Amino acid sequence: MIISILKAMQGAVGQGALWGIMALGIYITYRILDIADLTVDGSFALGGCTCGILLAEIGLDPVAATLIASLAGVAAGAVTGILHTQCRIPAILAGILTQLGLYSVNLRILGKSNQPLLKVETVFNGIVDATGLEKAWVSILVGVVVLIMLIAVLYWFFGTEMGSAIRATGSNENMARSQGMNTNFYKILGLAVSNGLVALSGALISQHQGYADVKQGIGAIVVGLASIIIGEVLFGKRRNFAVKLSAVVLGSCIYRIIVAVVLQMGLNTDDMKLFTAALVAVALSVPTFLEKRRQAASYSESGEGGKTC
Amino acid sequence: MLKISHVSKTFNRGTINERRALTDIHFEMDKGDFVTVIGGNGAGKSTLLNMIAGVYPIDCGTIFLDGVDISRKPEYKRAALLGRVFQDPMLGTAADMQIDENLALAARRGRSRGLSWGVTKKEREEYREKLAQLGLGLEDRMTVKVGLLSGGQRQALTLLMAALREPKLLLLDEHTAALDPKTAAKVLELTEEIVEGGGLTAMMVTHNMRDAIHIGNRLIMMHEGRIIYDVRGEEKKGLTVADLLEKFEQASGGTLDNDRMLLA
Repeated sequence: MIISILKAMQGAVGQGALWGIMALGIYITYRILDIADLTVDGSFALGGCTCGILLAEIGLDPVAATLIASLAGVAAGAVTGILHTQCRIPAILAGILTQLGLYSVNLRILGKSNQPLLKVETVFNGIVDATGLEKAWVSILVGVVVLIMLIAVLYWFFGTEMGSAIRATGSNENMARSQGMNTNFYKILGLAVSNGLVALSGALISQHQGYADVKQGIGAIVVGLASIIIGEVLFGKRRNFAVKLSAVVLGSCIYRIIVAVVLQMGLNTDDMKLFTAALVAVALSVPTFLEKRRQAASYSESGEGGKTC
Repeated sequence: MLKISHVSKTFNRGTINERRALTDIHFEMDKGDFVTVIGGNGAGKSTLLNMIAGVYPIDCGTIFLDGVDISRKPEYKRAALLGRVFQDPMLGTAADMQIDENLALAARRGRSRGLSWGVTKKEREEYREKLAQLGLGLEDRMTVKVGLLSGGQRQALTLLMAALREPKLLLLDEHTAALDPKTAAKVLELTEEIVEGGGLTAMMVTHNMRDAIHIGNRLIMMHEGRIIYDVRGEEKKGLTVADLLEKFEQASGGTLDNDRMLLA
């Protein structure tokens, strides 16, 4: 029993690391650009399907296939960005439109709804064969290496002039324009980078799980938000950007551990989406209720007892 | 420096809410002019500034700034030539970013933004000195998020940011209106220091007639989308509030209605 739980934990951390890449992408739109980007469900599957077909049909090198899949995600993000900024479609709707369109695109790419990847060479089984490590350890290793590189690059990028302009656009568009920033461009750029990371995660996940599926992106945005919020609730709203990004990844791992635990406890996998939705709803409302309680506790009618109002 | 010819703007054209905001505006400013703008509700004061800044497209006419035709340039491109401070202190700064980061964003106005650092060490020293000149103690809080500052502090910072790259024209849209009287006076004092000290060309919309008379070298009064009175130099300095009210009645055939106008 204990061993099976530990095994499940190990798998959960590996999955959490790979899904954490997606959560970092969502962090860029949700927290930095202040856009709830629903492209994610489509671009996650796009990454998985593109990578899957390149591996299974063309027999491309796994690393190259993963990178091309990420670029497909960049393009998907740019489409949402153009719909939003050039056609003035509200961001949420622009994301939904791209996501819907991507479903057909993904079916076209894959040519069917599911592509097994068990017999092809992937990033993971390549390393398993080369090192002889267990697959669960390899997925943790790959995830951690990719995440360290990504967090370092994102930390650098959002400190540059260009990255600062994206942050300013998300914080105050009016200010950004009046200081000479082409806010449309920076929104498109942010959405493109974000969805590139999401597709990268999708490509790695499909290699890890051994199949690419046009439905693999359903609910991805909610899982990403869950990771961000769990990270913030547990680690607080820290100031250092690298710490914030790490908290998102840890949130992703903790989410996977929670999932592994409830599945071990006998939750039906069919109910997983409902569980995730409920978890995010609870996590989003916790800060609000805590604030209300704090407010109520500190209220005094007369301001007596040394309390200053 | 600024040359506006035949500029008109109608909002919601062809609908029941159609509103003529500017009617055939002709206006020129010389380098170093500091023009104050007054007028009643809906006179077109803010619209005039927004048209120069490119917030909305103009219906007709041309705007030249420093010899450049900016009539149809997008807002972010015109920003290279302009400095702007808004009525709402929240609008001019990025609340989620630090004081030094905000200044660094302004320092790159009109330049291409690449992959070098957003704020350099050398810049920080420069900002520290500039902030010290504001006399608000912000030089010791450079890494604080701007959202934690008061309205007056944010407005002073916005002013500093607007003047950082020596704009061809500084646009101040009732930038002290949302502040308490003491803070407003302080920000106004800073405004004069920055404009006169830097030899800048500026337009300032105000609802305070006394400020409009005492500050700057030229005053224009607007009514229903037109400039109805334009006075400069010694004649302007000699004006009183009563004179302005009289001028307004003469030119418009009615009494001045601005629910925020301070007559005192």
